[in-house]
Amino acid sequence: MADAVHERRTDYGPPHHDQFLPPIIKENYGKWKYHEVLKPGVMVHVSHSGAKLFTVRAASGRLTSIQKIRMYCDLADKYCDGYLRFTSRHNVEFLMDKQENIEPLIADLKEMGHPIGGIGNSISAIVHTQGWIHCHSAATDASGVVKATMDELIEYFENMILPGKLRIALACCLNMCGAVHCSDIAILGIHRRPPKIMHDKVKKMCEIPNVSASCPTAAVRPATVDGFESVEIIEEQCMFCANCFTVCPAMPIADPLNDGISIWLGGKVSNARHEPMFSKLAIPFLPNNPPRWPEVTSAIKNIVELWAANANKYERMGEWIERIGWPKFFKMSGIEFQKEHVDDFKHAGLTYKRSTHITF
Amino acid sequence: MADAYPKTPMLDELEKGKWPSFVTEIKMAAADNPMGKDLLGLLERSYREKIGHWKHGGIVGVMGYGGGVIGRYNDLPDEYPNISHFHTMRINQPAGWFYTTEALRKICDIWEKHGSGLTNMHGSTGDIILLGTTTDELEPTFDELQKINFDIGGSGSDVRTPSCCCGQARCEWACYDTMGACYDFTMAYQDELHRPAFPYKFKFKFSGCPNDCVASIARSDMSIIGMWRDDIQMDKDAIKEYADGGMDIKADVVDNCPAKCMDWNGKELTIENSYCRHCMHCINVMPKALAPGKDRGATILLGAKAPIVEGALLSSVIIPFIKMEPPYQEIKDLTERIWDVWCEEGKNRERVGEFIQRVGLGNFLEAIEVEPIPEMVAHPRENPYVFYEEYFEEDDGSED
Repeated sequence: MADAVHERRTDYGPPHHDQFLPPIIKENYGKWKYHEVLKPGVMVHVSHSGAKLFTVRAASGRLTSIQKIRMYCDLADKYCDGYLRFTSRHNVEFLMDKQENIEPLIADLKEMGHPIGGIGNSISAIVHTQGWIHCHSAATDASGVVKATMDELIEYFENMILPGKLRIALACCLNMCGAVHCSDIAILGIHRRPPKIMHDKVKKMCEIPNVSASCPTAAVRPATVDGFESVEIIEEQCMFCANCFTVCPAMPIADPLNDGISIWLGGKVSNARHEPMFSKLAIPFLPNNPPRWPEVTSAIKNIVELWAANANKYERMGEWIERIGWPKFFKMSGIEFQKEHVDDFKHAGLTYKRSTHITF
Repeated sequence: MADAYPKTPMLDELEKGKWPSFVTEIKMAAADNPMGKDLLGLLERSYREKIGHWKHGGIVGVMGYGGGVIGRYNDLPDEYPNISHFHTMRINQPAGWFYTTEALRKICDIWEKHGSGLTNMHGSTGDIILLGTTTDELEPTFDELQKINFDIGGSGSDVRTPSCCCGQARCEWACYDTMGACYDFTMAYQDELHRPAFPYKFKFKFSGCPNDCVASIARSDMSIIGMWRDDIQMDKDAIKEYADGGMDIKADVVDNCPAKCMDWNGKELTIENSYCRHCMHCINVMPKALAPGKDRGATILLGAKAPIVEGALLSSVIIPFIKMEPPYQEIKDLTERIWDVWCEEGKNRERVGEFIQRVGLGNFLEAIEVEPIPEMVAHPRENPYVFYEEYFEEDDGSED
C-alpha cells in the first residue's frame, strides 16, 4: 500500500487526443474543404489536399456494456485501422479512408443490431440521463422511454425524409443532466407532489438553513414538528422542483401516483436562421406507463408527423411553430391548452401575447 | 454459471424493436458479473412500482480528489446486495471523443476487473462514465487508470470536465482548434476540476462554429463558439454547380437568411457581409461553395444553465470576437476574474448566470473589468428605472 501511495499521480488530465487520431485526420487537421452526406448515416469530408475521410454513424444506446465496446473495437480494427469516435449524442462513428469498407461495415453493424443514420435532416439519437438505472431524483426512467420512443421513430433516424433536423432530449427530472431545455422535443420527468418530510431525520441529515435557502419560492421554512427540529413546506408555493431534496435526503419527492412526463417543444441550440431558443411546454403531464410509455411515444410521433407534414424545408420545430403561432399549433395537434401552459414564474409576463397578431 | 438472470418480463419488452436495447446491454454485462443481474432485478422492480430505488449519493472518492466519483447506494441492499454500492466514476474523455481500439480495450479490461462492466459512452457533460462499482474498488480502479493515463473528471461545485466538438479534426467549419483549446483549458484548470471550491459547478464547452454541436450556448457557463469577422468565402464555380444541380438558391438559401443580406439574380450570389449575422445557414446548405471567412476566432458567451435553481438561461455575449491562439491568456485572465468575483459574492449553488441576473450585467461587467458594448444585449433597457451612481450637489461648481 505504501508503495502504491508513493507512485500515485494526480491531476495529469486526459490523454492528449493526438494519439487517438487516424493518420488521415492528423495529415488533414484544419485542412478540410467541404463535406457531403452520401446517404443516411454516411458522409465524406474532403480535404484541400484531395484526401477523403468517410464516416459511418451508428446508433448506440447510451448505456453500453464493455462487451459491446469490444465489438465496436473489433469492427474498427477490421475496417478503420483501429480508430473510432463517439458523438455528442451518444452515437458511435467509424472513420476510414477506404470507401470500399463502408458497405461491409454497415452490414456488420446492422447484423449487430445498430441502425445507421442520424445525419442531415433526420432525428439523431436522444441525449438523455440515467433515470431509474442510477439516479436518486428521477421522476421517470430515461433509457426505457428513449428506447420506446426511438423504436417508434426509427424510420426518421435511418432516412433523411424530414424538413430539417429534429433533436430530442430526455431528462428524468428538473435537474436536467440532459439539459433538454433547448431541444426540438424535450421529454422531461416531473414530480407533482410536495416532498414528504421525514421530520425525525431532517436535523440529522441536513443543514436546515441550506434547505430553506434552496427553495426558489421560499416555500420551505424552519419549523419544529412533533418535537423535532425540521422544516415545513407551504404546499401551495411548491412547484415540485426538488431543489430541497437535492440538498436534503430527508425530503423525498418521488411518488409513483404523481410522477410522470411533460413534453416541451421548439427549442434549438444552433444559430442557423433563428437564434437559439428554449423549448416551450406542449403537454403538461403524461403518465409513467412502463415498459413502453405508449402515451408518450404516440404523443411524440404525432407531433413529429405534424411538423414533418407542415414545416417548410429547413424549418426546425420552433421556427415552424413561431411562424404559424401557438394557437394554430394547439388546434392542429389537438393538444388541449390548459392553465399549466401559462407561465407564472419569473418574467412570466414576457410570455403573454402582447399584440393583435392573432390567427383564426 | 452460478446465478440465473432474474425474471424481467417488463424489461424484456424493451429488447424488442430496432433501436439498440439497453436491457440487452445490461444482460451482456450481467453474463459475467453479478452486479448486472441485481441491476436487472432492481430495475424491473422500478418498472413495476414506478419509482427509483437509488438513495442520495454518499461522499466517496479517491485520495487527493474532491470530485469525479458519484456515490450511489440502493435502498434495498438486502435484496440486491451486489449493487448495494453502485458508484459512478467519471473519467475525463479525450477531446472530441476520439479513441484507438487499444485504449478502449484497456478501459474495458479495467472495468471488467473492477466494476459492473457497464458504461455510458458518454455522460451528458462528456465524460466516460464507468457505471457501478463498490467503495473498495475505487482506489484500485483509479490506480489502473493512472497506468493508462486516463484521469478523473469533475463533479460537484468545481470546473466540470470541459468538452468540445470534433472541430478541425473533421469539420471544415471549425473557426478554431476546439480540441486543442479544450485540452489546454482542461490541463490549465486541473486543480479547479478536481477540487470543488466554487459556489457551484462551472462548465466550459468549445464549439467550432455557430452550429454549436456541443450545445455550449445552452449548457455551459462559458461558451466558446467559433466565429469569423471577414467575408464569407465563396467559390463561384461551386455555386453554379449547386444551381445547375437543381438547388433553388433563392428559396433554400437567400430567403432563409435572417439578415436578408444576400441576393441571387439567377447567375450570381452576392452577400453584404457587413450585415451578416454569422448564423451558418447558407454555409450549411452549400458547404462546397461557401465557407466561413479567413479571419477566424471565437465569440465568448457566459451563463447558460438548466432550470435549477432560479430558472434556465442561455449564455449571453461577453466578447464578440477574439482570436483563439494558445495559450489563450486573455480568456484565462477573464475566466479567473469571473471566478474571483463569483467566489467572493456568489451564493451557495448559484451558477455564474444566476449571479449575473442577481447583481445585474452592468455591475458584473464593472467587477470583471469589461466595458459594456451593444453586442452584449438584445436591445437596450426598456424601463427608466436607472441606477445612477452619482449626482451633482449645488456647490460642485458650474458644469460649463
